[in-house]
Amino acid sequence: MVVGWFSFTCCEDSTILLTEMLNDHLVEWKKVVDFKYLKALKAKNSMDGGFDVAFIEGAVSSPKQEAEVKKIRESSKYVVAIGACANTGMPSSSRNEFIDEELNDKIRWYLSNFDYSAKVRKLEDVIKIDDRVPGCPMNPKLFLEVLNKYLVIFNIINKTNDQ
Amino acid sequence: MHDGNITIDSITKIEGTAGLDVTIQNGQVTDLKFIIKDYRRFYTEAVKGKPIIAVPSFLSRICGTCSLAHLFASLEAIEKSQGIELSQQSRLLRRLTYNGLIIRDHALHLYFFTMPDILGLESIFDIPDDPAAAGHRLLHDSFEIKKLGTTLSTLISGAAIHAPLPTIGGFLKIPDVEKLKDLLPVLEKTREAAIRGIQVFGDWPESLIRNSDYLALRNDRDFNFLDGYVLNSDGKKVPEEKFHDFLKSVVIPYSQAEGYEFSDSHEDYLVGALARVNLNKELLNKRTASDAKKYLDFFPSNNVYHNNLAQAIEILQCLDDSIEIINSLAITAEKPRQTLPRAGSGVGVIEAPRGILYHYVKVNDKGMVEDYDVIVPTAQNQINIENDLKKYFSANLDKDEETLRLNSEKIIRAYDPCMSCATNFLKINFIRR
Repeated sequence: MVVGWFSFTCCEDSTILLTEMLNDHLVEWKKVVDFKYLKALKAKNSMDGGFDVAFIEGAVSSPKQEAEVKKIRESSKYVVAIGACANTGMPSSSRNEFIDEELNDKIRWYLSNFDYSAKVRKLEDVIKIDDRVPGCPMNPKLFLEVLNKYLVIFNIINKTNDQ
Repeated sequence: MHDGNITIDSITKIEGTAGLDVTIQNGQVTDLKFIIKDYRRFYTEAVKGKPIIAVPSFLSRICGTCSLAHLFASLEAIEKSQGIELSQQSRLLRRLTYNGLIIRDHALHLYFFTMPDILGLESIFDIPDDPAAAGHRLLHDSFEIKKLGTTLSTLISGAAIHAPLPTIGGFLKIPDVEKLKDLLPVLEKTREAAIRGIQVFGDWPESLIRNSDYLALRNDRDFNFLDGYVLNSDGKKVPEEKFHDFLKSVVIPYSQAEGYEFSDSHEDYLVGALARVNLNKELLNKRTASDAKKYLDFFPSNNVYHNNLAQAIEILQCLDDSIEIINSLAITAEKPRQTLPRAGSGVGVIEAPRGILYHYVKVNDKGMVEDYDVIVPTAQNQINIENDLKKYFSANLDKDEETLRLNSEKIIRAYDPCMSCATNFLKINFIRR
């Protein structure tokens, strides 16, 4: 199963948790999952040929990120929203609550000098998602369930086969 | 290579997104930018007007990997603003759970991010599942080291990432001391893996020498990540509450974070494991000093790749320190020390895995945050990283582009930079360059 793992605006806690899950799962996952895109761990990451499943953590902060997320959606059979920021926007979307008149010059400078969107959005506000693994960081048991669900869908393991 | 540009859009095997732009004209590096690309979340602004009790766990979300560092720096700043002194037991428990963070976080960087560079592989996924294969033993060592770090943090703080139990004045729940004692044989066994790691990172011949200043916390009693004053290589001491005054803010227009210069000494400075071991190596645990002796002779070192070796030594330090603490640990039931809110301000400076981390809070008499400031290690190291890269490129322009790309990524990776951290603070003094 060809998998991509992508991070947008967030603290990347679910990526860190994934690296912790590798302590127990690396050897078995290598047999059934091709992590074709995982920048935290790989030097060469490619979107060519697309993905069976894309896991996306983080909220969407800018037009550039919006375009990237849409490209991932087009390249993937299934998209899973990972962690609190992708699923709810928060806490990365805290700035949506700021009141315009009270913003100081410094925040204005950043917002105007880089390509920030007016609002930070959760993933579902930008693209269609097929599954969720909520939690801050993601709930590791739910992640395993979702991963196994797709391994079954792609006929890589049997339903009864306990990963 | 010939004149032209080298652009690395996204440096891999680091936390977060950063890029590099280098311009070469007439055989000289005319421009070099290390660009932090993560988008800001403005968390220090978002905590304004919030009650202090909610702030540390919110700010722990600045970073997925050194969450516990932000949590503890924030707790320290708030406790100082409220005049709260921790019990000796709470201090020990924070120290012990923090050792777990350093162990796990350093091991992630060393084995998952850097080890493939040593083995000449693209990633840990390329290490064959064959006990005879190069790197197989180290990879499995890293699983054990990281797991132990996570367990140590989790037993005391409730989780290794975004820990729920540490609170203002102590802990919401007291850990089971028997479970900690059960860890002693695991800690002893993991020492052997840690010593193997020290050998591997110590024998790696990579080198980039530059004469930077080094800044680290020091307390003259022990090798301590949580407590002390800031010391630089010239012996200058700065109490933590004055640290901010010694930095002047420099905005780097192309980067979504700010770089810092230590105002009165060298042109740039470095924070992190290399700085800590350079300045504090005689304070290391005796067992660590004995088992790492051959490699400790490298310090003080001006080789930025020795940041990796220093991290490997710190893993052993945190194991040995934890063994000592657990061996003499007796825990009594106690509640967090909390008081009625009062107006005040406080500074928390600690050594995050990547170096000095500064939190400042100003609280009003209702216990609400009026102002907050955070200075993170990667932002402090940003200028140093650029100067290292300038030196590397200037000396190696005869090499082909692929080599230059590969080695510049390795230099950046040696700092173990964290971009999610680097974009989440707002500085008060704002100088546009």
